[in-house]
Amino acid sequence: MNGSKADIIARLQREILPLQGYKPLQNKQAQGFGLAEINASFPNKTFPLGVVHEFCCDSKEGLAATGGFISGILSTLNKNGGASIWIASSQHIFPPALRSYGLDPERFLFVLMKREKDIFWAMNEALQCSGLNAVIAELKSLSFTASRRFQLAVEESGVTGFIIRDNPGNLNTTASITRWKIKPLASDTSDDLPGVGFPRWQVDLQKVRNGIPGSWTVEWAHGQFNLLSSEKKHLHMLQKKTG
Amino acid sequence: MPKQFLSIWFESLSTDWFCNRDPSLRKRPFVLSMASHGRKVVSALNTVAATQGLHKGMAIADARALIPSLDVKDDLPNLNEKLLQRFAQWSIRFTPVVTIDPEDGLILEITGCSHLWGGDLPYLQEIIRKIKALGYQVRIAIANTIGAAWALAHYSKQSATIEQDLYAEQMMCLPPASLRLEPSMIERLHKLGLKQIRDILHMPRPALKRRFGDAFMKRLNQVFGIEEEIIVPIIPVEIFEERLSSMEPIRTRKGIEVALQRLLETLCRRLTHEQKGLRKALFTCYREDGKTAGISINTNSPSHHTKHLFKLFENDISTISPGSGIEVFSLTASHVEDLPSAQEKIWEASGGGLKDQRVSELYDRLSANKEVIAIYRYLPAEHHLPEKSFKTADSLTEETAQTWKSDPPRPLYLLSPPEQIEVTAPIPDYPPMFFVYKDKRHKIIKADGPERIEQEWWIQRGRHRDYYAVEDEEGKRYWLFRSGHYDEEKTYKWFIHGFFS
Repeated sequence: MNGSKADIIARLQREILPLQGYKPLQNKQAQGFGLAEINASFPNKTFPLGVVHEFCCDSKEGLAATGGFISGILSTLNKNGGASIWIASSQHIFPPALRSYGLDPERFLFVLMKREKDIFWAMNEALQCSGLNAVIAELKSLSFTASRRFQLAVEESGVTGFIIRDNPGNLNTTASITRWKIKPLASDTSDDLPGVGFPRWQVDLQKVRNGIPGSWTVEWAHGQFNLLSSEKKHLHMLQKKTG
Repeated sequence: MPKQFLSIWFESLSTDWFCNRDPSLRKRPFVLSMASHGRKVVSALNTVAATQGLHKGMAIADARALIPSLDVKDDLPNLNEKLLQRFAQWSIRFTPVVTIDPEDGLILEITGCSHLWGGDLPYLQEIIRKIKALGYQVRIAIANTIGAAWALAHYSKQSATIEQDLYAEQMMCLPPASLRLEPSMIERLHKLGLKQIRDILHMPRPALKRRFGDAFMKRLNQVFGIEEEIIVPIIPVEIFEERLSSMEPIRTRKGIEVALQRLLETLCRRLTHEQKGLRKALFTCYREDGKTAGISINTNSPSHHTKHLFKLFENDISTISPGSGIEVFSLTASHVEDLPSAQEKIWEASGGGLKDQRVSELYDRLSANKEVIAIYRYLPAEHHLPEKSFKTADSLTEETAQTWKSDPPRPLYLLSPPEQIEVTAPIPDYPPMFFVYKDKRHKIIKADGPERIEQEWWIQRGRHRDYYAVEDEEGKRYWLFRSGHYDEEKTYKWFIHGFFS
């Protein structure tokens, strides 16, 4: 009896997910992104595509780390050759660096806009363009309404959106599926080799709709993610308890 | 369908222009003066002055003697040319093929145009009415050849004439001067007593040719359509042009949108049919008061997609000021390229990268926005300095044989320009121990380097850079460089150039 109840709940959950904006994208969904256990935090146990991910950072170092993590995701996403757009107010991404993530810098379009509201507009236009693989935008603020619009756009087009919020100030509620924070961590050179090791980050999944938030140490080495340790946050449990 | 030409003759173009500025001149004898051979002569005169016995080319002093109250103004250089140019542009609302007839006239090819105005007569009257409203006196004629239209406009008794197939009859009574001949030739014909074209036509053609030469015969043939005369329009006629004239002047945005939509639909249908796509298009509105307003768009790849093109125009529609109303719209594809129709369907399911039609349309939409600072796509460039190691691509499809260099690793976030920092370094060529950036002291734990990057002396002078990739005690990674050699005077400087992820 208990078992069947769990089955029913699981089935209902699967039915609810599409209603909440998770579209099963057959081909892309199969990719694990090399995120190993992190995938368990997501609904359907896969990194959600065709949704909007939100990243927060508070420094240029954090911005670079976030860019690195997103590039790592894109390296799987863009494998079959797709175009991406990076929208920002100034040009600071160094194209050759994208090569280290197995990305082809020539497949990126960098759009520079003067004001936040124009970045919103460009992001919204780009998210509606189903010919793209991913859209990355650097924004400071993100209102609920704007995030809702983005979400509606990607539900239609299947494009994956990444919003990088540098010094976001107050973190309001948004309609984004996830909220991440990527911080740089000291690289490891355990075998006592001199020099700087592979990029390593603390990946905090602060919020994920219908999933379990968590925190992990991730390294980018030899063209793939390398999960070093995991520490599930009890936040989710806490939320459950407090309602 | 026989060709039709319309000749406009401005009887007193420059004086009318002066009179429009000072209406009081209209009623009084008034001439324009111009210096010629050390004295002032009449270069143009109004009708009042003409009726009182003045004529072009007479000395101002003589004219003054005849009419003491004569108004004399200095003629403006090239006034006629400028006015004609403006009128030629203006008359494009009536036909796309307009050319200037030097000195004081215009020639319009109007084949197939007049029915839009309800026939030749209403068409002609409309033109006269419009020009008169602007304050100019004109004589206009329509005929099947340029020569005949010109002759009828200049020498016919009425100011507006339409001669279809019978114009030959009408021409008979005109003087030989109506054949657009040299003054010396006209004089010769006059001396020989040939007062009307009829007289000339009665003579055998070989005799005419022998006596008056080829130029004369050419003019004669042109008038009667035996020889075709080719005109060079002031604006080359675009093959892909659509026009729409409205019954009522249009003033609202909605009206303009409807017109644009309809023009785009017809144009795109033609483009699709001929497997072409437009790269540049111009939407022009001809206003009732003679002014024009236009907006243009560019696309990054050929397109004949009505919806997409309309979107590109949409932003700028608000910049069109309809004034008293727009009567004719035209849409011109000024740059057209081949667009095989198969291309649209290749990337139906998944993204096709930058070659995807949808991406290219997005690119157009983004670049049409005025708030966009720039849209870049980068290609590798063969330069040593990091900030020069990439260049912007001209198009979405441009490729290069050069490859990206990513070894040793490069920072994802590059500061431009590099910012100067304070550094404590132990001994030459060792990475620094500490550095201060934005008032924060970073202790360096791990470092890679130096990687020397030389200036390219054939481009610019400057010092070489020694780059270090460093990691501080918090695990943050930076890209630092020292510009110049270590030396006693400490002329070298340290900079931070980027952030590794």
